[in-house]
Formats: sequence, C-alpha cells, structure tokens
Amino acid sequence: MDLSLYFTSADLAGITPEIILTITALLVLTLDMTRITRPGLYLLVAIIGLITAGYVIVQSGGGERSLFGGMLLLNKFTLFLDILYLSVGLATLVFSQGYLEKRGGETQGEYPALILFAVIGMMLMTRANDLVMVFLGLELLSLSLYVLVGFLHHSLLSNEAGLKYLLLGAFSTGFFLFGATLIYGTTGSTNFNNIASAISLGAILSNGYLSLGIGLLLIGFAFKVALVPFHMWSPDVYQGAPTTVTAFLCTAPKAAGFGALLKVLIIAFPEVYSQWQNIFWILAALTMSVGNISALMQSNVKRMLAFSSISHAGYLVLGVLVLDSVGLSAVLFYLVIYSVMNLGSFAIIAAVEKEESGLGLEDYRGLATRHPWLAAAMTLFMISMAGFPPTAGFIAKYGLFSAAVANGYIWLVVIAVINTLVSVYYYIRLIVNMYMEEEGKALYPVSTMPARMLIGILAIFVIIFGVAPSYLLEMAAEAGNMANFLFSTH
Amino acid sequence: MESSILTLLIFVPVAGAVLMLPFAMLYGKENAHYYKWIAAITTGIQLVLAGILYLNFDPALSVTESPFTVQLEWIKHFNIQYFLGVDGLSIPMVLLTALLSFICIISSWKIDKQPLGYFSLFLLLDAGMMGVFLSLDFFLFYIFWEVMLLPMYFLIGIWGGPQRMYAAIKFFLYTLFGSVFMLLALLALYYYSDPHTFSLITLIHTVGSIDATIWGLSVKYLIWMSLFIGFAIKVPIVPFHTWLPLAHVEAPTAISVILAGVLLKMGTYGLLRISYPLLPGEVVNFAYILAVLGVINIIWGATNAIAQIDMKKMVAYSSVSHMGYVLLGMAAAISDSPAGAQAGMNGALMQMFNHGTITAMLFLLVGMLYDRAHHRWIVFPNDYEKPELAGQQGFGGLGAKVPVYTAFVAFAFFAGLGLPALSGFISEAMCFIGGFSVFRTLTIIGTLGILLNAIYFLRAYQRIFLGPLNETYKDLTDISHRELFTLIPLAVLILFLGVYPAPLLDMISPAMDGIIKIVQSVI
Repeated sequence: MDLSLYFTSADLAGITPEIILTITALLVLTLDMTRITRPGLYLLVAIIGLITAGYVIVQSGGGERSLFGGMLLLNKFTLFLDILYLSVGLATLVFSQGYLEKRGGETQGEYPALILFAVIGMMLMTRANDLVMVFLGLELLSLSLYVLVGFLHHSLLSNEAGLKYLLLGAFSTGFFLFGATLIYGTTGSTNFNNIASAISLGAILSNGYLSLGIGLLLIGFAFKVALVPFHMWSPDVYQGAPTTVTAFLCTAPKAAGFGALLKVLIIAFPEVYSQWQNIFWILAALTMSVGNISALMQSNVKRMLAFSSISHAGYLVLGVLVLDSVGLSAVLFYLVIYSVMNLGSFAIIAAVEKEESGLGLEDYRGLATRHPWLAAAMTLFMISMAGFPPTAGFIAKYGLFSAAVANGYIWLVVIAVINTLVSVYYYIRLIVNMYMEEEGKALYPVSTMPARMLIGILAIFVIIFGVAPSYLLEMAAEAGNMANFLFSTH
Repeated sequence: MESSILTLLIFVPVAGAVLMLPFAMLYGKENAHYYKWIAAITTGIQLVLAGILYLNFDPALSVTESPFTVQLEWIKHFNIQYFLGVDGLSIPMVLLTALLSFICIISSWKIDKQPLGYFSLFLLLDAGMMGVFLSLDFFLFYIFWEVMLLPMYFLIGIWGGPQRMYAAIKFFLYTLFGSVFMLLALLALYYYSDPHTFSLITLIHTVGSIDATIWGLSVKYLIWMSLFIGFAIKVPIVPFHTWLPLAHVEAPTAISVILAGVLLKMGTYGLLRISYPLLPGEVVNFAYILAVLGVINIIWGATNAIAQIDMKKMVAYSSVSHMGYVLLGMAAAISDSPAGAQAGMNGALMQMFNHGTITAMLFLLVGMLYDRAHHRWIVFPNDYEKPELAGQQGFGGLGAKVPVYTAFVAFAFFAGLGLPALSGFISEAMCFIGGFSVFRTLTIIGTLGILLNAIYFLRAYQRIFLGPLNETYKDLTDISHRELFTLIPLAVLILFLGVYPAPLLDMISPAMDGIIKIVQSVI
C-alpha cells in the first residue's frame, strides 16, 4: 500500500507534538503496568513529554501550514493556543502531585495519561480546519475529562459530577454533530474553506437548514464553554471534580472551545457571521450577569469560582462578538491571564481543602496569619480576577472592553463594567475571610514544594503581565492576525 | 536627575514596601521596629525629593516645557504612555502628599498589630496617591486611582475601629462605583478623540471637536457626568458623602489623616485636571449646579458637625463643609470679572492645600486624645455601655491639665473655623470673593458656614478644655516629643500661609490662569 497517497512526511512533521504526547501517554500507561508504584515517576515522564512537545511546537515557528489535505491548519493562532494547553497541562500535573492521595485516591498512570490525551484533543480542536476534525478533538478531550472528573471513585460528589458531565456532554456533542451534519448537507463539505466558498456563492445564504446547522453548532460550543443558558452542568461538575481537575477543566478546555469557535467563525462563516451578532450580544450579556449574580450567593469557594468562570466566559464572548484581529488578540491574552489566575487559585484551594471539607468561605478565616504567603497569593489572584490594576486581570479586561467599544458595543460594555463591579464583592469576600474575620477552624494546608513554587510563579505572572504586558500582548496580536489574513482572502 | 525625580517620588515608597519582604523572611513579621524605620526612611526620602522638586520648580513653564516631564511609551498595544509631569495644579498636592505621608508614618509609631502589613500597605497607598497627582496620561491616572483603593480598604478594614469592616466595604464600594464611571469616560474619551490618545495634554485640543450623541445626549455631556460622579464620590459631594463619616470614624488616626488630607482632594483635583480643561463647555453649563452643590456641602457638613457628640465624626463632617468652599471657588471660573475667576480658582486650590494641613492636624489631635483616654466622646451618648456615664460630658477642664495639647487644639480649631492670620481664612475668603462675583445669593448663604463652623468648634473646645477638671483624667499626660514633631510642621505651615500666602499663590496661579483661559474661551 502506498501511504504517500494518504499523507506526506510534511503532514507527519506537522503533528509531531501530538505523536510525542501520544507516545508519552502510552509510556506512562506501560510504566503503570510494570507495577512501579511511584506516582512521582508517572508525573515526571508526562511532564517531560509535555515540555518536549512544547519545544517542538515553538521550533516550528508558527508558519501557515495546511496538513492532511486541509484537515488541519497550523498558524500562529494555533501555536499560541497549543502552548497554552501544554502549559496548563504541565501546571495541572505539578499541582496534582500529592493531591489525589490526600483526597483518598491514588495517583495511577491513567491520571497523567488522561491529561495528556485531553491536551492532544484540545490541540486537534484548534488545529482542525474541518468540522470532522473538530469533532474528533472534542470527543478525545471530552472522554478524557469524563473520567478525570469522576476520578475520586470514593467520593459521591465526584461520581455525581462525572456522570452529570458525561450525560450533558454527550447531549451537547449531539447538538454539535447534528449541526455539522446539516452544514454538510447544505454546503456539501465539512472543510472550513469549502464551506466558506460554498456560502459565498450566495444561493444558500438564506437556506433555513444552514442557519439551523450553524445554530446547533453554536449550541454545542456554548455547552462546552458553559455560556448561559447552557451552563447548568458546570457548577456541579466543577464542585464535584477533584480540585486539580477543576483547575484544568475551567481553563484549557474553555480556551480550546473558544479557539475552535473563533476559527470556525472566521474561516467557515465570515459572511454569515454578521447575522449572528445579536445572538452573541445576548449570550455575552446573559452569561456575564447570570454568572456573577449566582456567584454572589455561593458559600463554597469552588462553586463560587465555578460561577465566576462562567462570567469570565461572558467577557470572552465580547471578543467573539468583535471578531477582528484586535478582538481576537484580546481573547487570546485574556485566555492566558484567565488560566494563570484560575490555576493559581485552584492550586491554593487544593492545598487548603481536606477530605470533603475545607471548601467553605469560613474555612479560610485566619489563613492570613497561619499562611501569609498563600493568603497573599490568593489575594493577588482574586484582585486580578476582579480586574484591579496593576494586575494582569485589569489589562486583560481592558483589552476586551476596549475592543468592544471600538466596534460600537457601548451598552454591552456598560453591562460588562457593571458586572465587574458586582464581581468585586464576592472576590473581596474571600479576602475578607482570610484577613479580617476572627480565626476559625484550624486549617493546615498541604502542598508540595514544586506546587508552592509554581503558585509563587503564577502570582508573579499576575503582577508582571499587569505592569509590563507588552511582550505577551505582542504575541497575542501576532496570533490574532489570523482574522485579518483570512478575512482578506474572502 | 531632573527627569527621574517624578518617577522616584512614586517608586521610592514601592521600593520601601518591597524591601520589607526580605526583612519579613529574616526577622519575622511581628518585628515592628524594622518596618516602621523602613517606612519612615522611605517617606523621608520622598519628602526630601518633593522639597528638591519645589525648589527647582518654575511656575512659568507649562507641563510640556518643564524639565521634570517624563513621556515614555508604556503599553504600545493600547497606546498608553508613562507620562508624568508637574505644574502649578499638581505641585501643592505633591508637597501635601509627601508631607502628610511622612507625618503619618511618625504618628503610626505605636502600631503593633501586624506592622509589616500596615506599613507596606501604607507605602503602596502613598505611591498610588503620588501617581494620581503626577500622571498626565488618563490611563495611568486611572491605574493609580485604583491602586490606592485596595490598600485603603485593608488599612480601614484590618486596623480600624469596631465597625471597621462595614466602614471599609462601604468606602470601597462607593469609590469603586465612581471609578467604574470613570473607566467608561476613559474609554469614551479615547475612542471619540481623534487621534486616539490618553494624553491629557493632547486631549485638551481634541475633545472639543467631538459632536457625537448617544440616545439624544451629547457624548461630551455623558463624559462630563461620568467623570463628575466618579469625582463627586471622592470629594465627597452631598449626597454621595455617606461613606465619609463612617470611614473616618473607624479608620486608624493616620489613615483618617490621609483620607481627609489627601484622598478627598483627589476628587476636586480630578475635576480641575481632567473635567475642566477637557470639557470647558460642560463646565460653563454646570457651574451653577456646582456652586449650589458647594453651598449645600458647606451648610450640610457644618450643621451635621454641630449635631455630633463624637469628636472624630465632628471633624469628619467639618471636612465635608470645607470641601464645599473648594467647589464654590471652582464654580467661579465662569465669572465675567477676571479678578473674580482668579480669586475663586486660586482660592479653591489653596483651600485644598490648606484644608489638607488643617484637617491633618485636627485628626492627629483627636487621635492623641483617643490614645490616652480611649474614647473621644464630647458628650457620652444615651446608650453608652456604662449607663452611669450616659449623657454626661466626656471630658472637661483638660486645659489646665495638658496645656501644650490644649494650645495646639485651640490653634487647630481656630484654623478650622477660619480665623484671620491662619491659612484657612485666606483661602475661604478667596473662594467667597470668587463665588460672589457670579453667584451672589448662593455665596451669601454659603458664608453662613463660617458662623456654623465657629459654633461646633468653639462649643467642643469649651466642653473639653474649659471648666472644672474631670477627675477621671487627673493623670492625663501631655503631648510627647514624637507627637510634637508631627504637629509643629503643620502648625508652622498654617501660620505662615495665613500671614504670607504669596509663595503658594505665586506657584499655582499661572496654572490656574491657564485653566480659566480654557473655560473662558467657550463662554
């Protein structure tokens, strides 16, 4: 059989990172079978795999490349996101060491392997230039996450979360798939570029099935990134999942969801997109407001941050709404900062929590006196999430709001700004509990040395990207140029 | 040196705060000694730098010509500059901030609860205040404005009185509410101006040509209103003032001093720095309302102060009243008599400076009494925790017991009620002169404030210091050397500027003339 009919060596070179990660994941699973019961080893191997893959990606330089006959499309945009997924995966693995044992589980080979598979899935999602590829990536990601969420098989909450995520995730996948089918039926292709050229011929622009297809596709995405009203699954899942998995779940997959959504909109539907702007306007306003108002009423820290992450997704929709290169780079910048803040705060939560407890706001009372550095880092993350200067959260929010104002969405920005004001209240409440309330039950945070160091690094990032964000902004701008380039080709 | 002095003014305190971290790791967090010395030295350096700035300051030069101006690219992506400069409008505020910060560190010498946190937050607050007064880029201004907020919140919320948490969150939410409007104004100014810029100097020339409308309201009007809400909360203009008495009463002494001495001025400073030059047309339309609000502040603050039996709350309300003079003076910028406009505007800025020194002295003195007596009731309230004292006078006859302290209180009270030959008199009189040239009736009503101010200050003085000595306080100690050290510079300034205000006036008047010219050009 002549394989060169199906793919070339250039195609294989393009997916080297995925291949490396797959081999690493398999290696970890093999190590597990050899009954070497040293959890640290699995994590180490997985981390080495992630770093190697990252190195290969950076070396590739992010030039525009189409692989496998247009199935994958690599460019600066995908490079930016790939690095983000790999970094989030790496941070999650570092934080996970020791956490699962604390919660009564045990680190087995499948935990790091699943994280690696999830990373591969996310990379395929945003590298894809074809609806089938997006679906493949999405499924690989989701299947890994279903298991990870229910990983603590002793914990009822974790089991419930896993099942809930599985059911609703499957449901949303159905929407996605049905939408893709309808789009294929009307345009005759699943390839993004072919879809766009079919639409630009004009005859099917007003086709009801096409609109239905796009609508269903969007619902699928909205489920994945938890936009209101498709967010119901996320608080329960975030709360029930092991905290390190929650940290992973609320950062990288959300980035992947937004990344794939942006790519689909920009490449496949540049002409249809203008008809959908009102929908995104409403989604943004609803997601921000419902997320924030619900977060106000939470007393469980994990649940509060779950709702807060819903509201952050709402801010991100501002960038989707704008969909020019400025908006795109604002979204990318925001995703990085959002990941840094959430990873950091969930890592601290993971250190503080104990078996089935230690998650209430009142459990944080007196943390400042016993663990001043952890409390200070948590304060930084909260301040940044609330969008206060001089932290990175402010610059990130400003980028999105400014892009939206530049495109005339003034009232939406007013809503967003009011939402920011509301959100300050619940972020501050955690700080108040750490610093101002009487000391409560004794808490003895447990964390490993690498985890503490990583928390410190993330906290420093929050400051550095707030005071000197130019470098990262520049990278995000380069990655965001995809919008310019592709819009001009149509 | 000249171009780095402004940067140093802002970042020397930050460096001090960062320097505390290695000390915390080596010597523990509770070792107050190191932290207060670091704080004293850094604010001392800042004060010296401010002094150098003052000596080399040339009022005749505009911001763009001044050798101190720094203009660098900061975040290129968003067109944000690191643009600092000093002119006649900002230099009195810079001097005031440096002086009060230093004095407040000295007066906080006895803080022993979490000293690391207290002094490092104080230094960050100091940096934020300095940054606000020196920024000439609106974005930078906004960043420093927000940077002040969190340290202040913690300083009230952790080191304050019994109701500190409520007071802190109220202060915080009010101010944040205001800054949200400011953020919207910032975005609007940027996108409606052509070319897009945050530079407050360039914006002066470009804002005038904006003629867009949103929902039938002109964008300029909306920007003015957003800015006004943001600044009015800070001043505070009645009815946005309810956070102030609470925050003052609960805050520790030094923080009350900063709050009343510097933070309140930021509201009026913002109006003069941003709203006035950028939106002169709106100033002209709004001046009458501004004067009305000013007079309401004067009367409302003073009558409320009369009703207070808590000394600190009385002083807090007196601040509300005194800030009213500033508003009245500022409104006079539209006066058709040049002398009236000048008197009003210069009076307003001088009142900002003078009230800063006077109110600082008042709060320091109240704090000193509170440190010794552990209460500050002029008259005990009816629901006081010790029922046998309810309704009784809190003090009495202290004059014979602590004569030096009494002399300082008398001095500060007289300065507060505007006695001639003390600085408050000059600036208040100038505000009234300016106001009278435009708003006759209003100003006449406003002058009632002088009388009302006299009522509460004199009555409080009489109840606390005159009459027979309250036996509870027969062991009261007089003022210490450290406390004297904090009071004397302020007293000297108040007396000097009361007798000879020319140095301050000469320094500020060219800048104020510039603003008057901009406002007058659209009438």
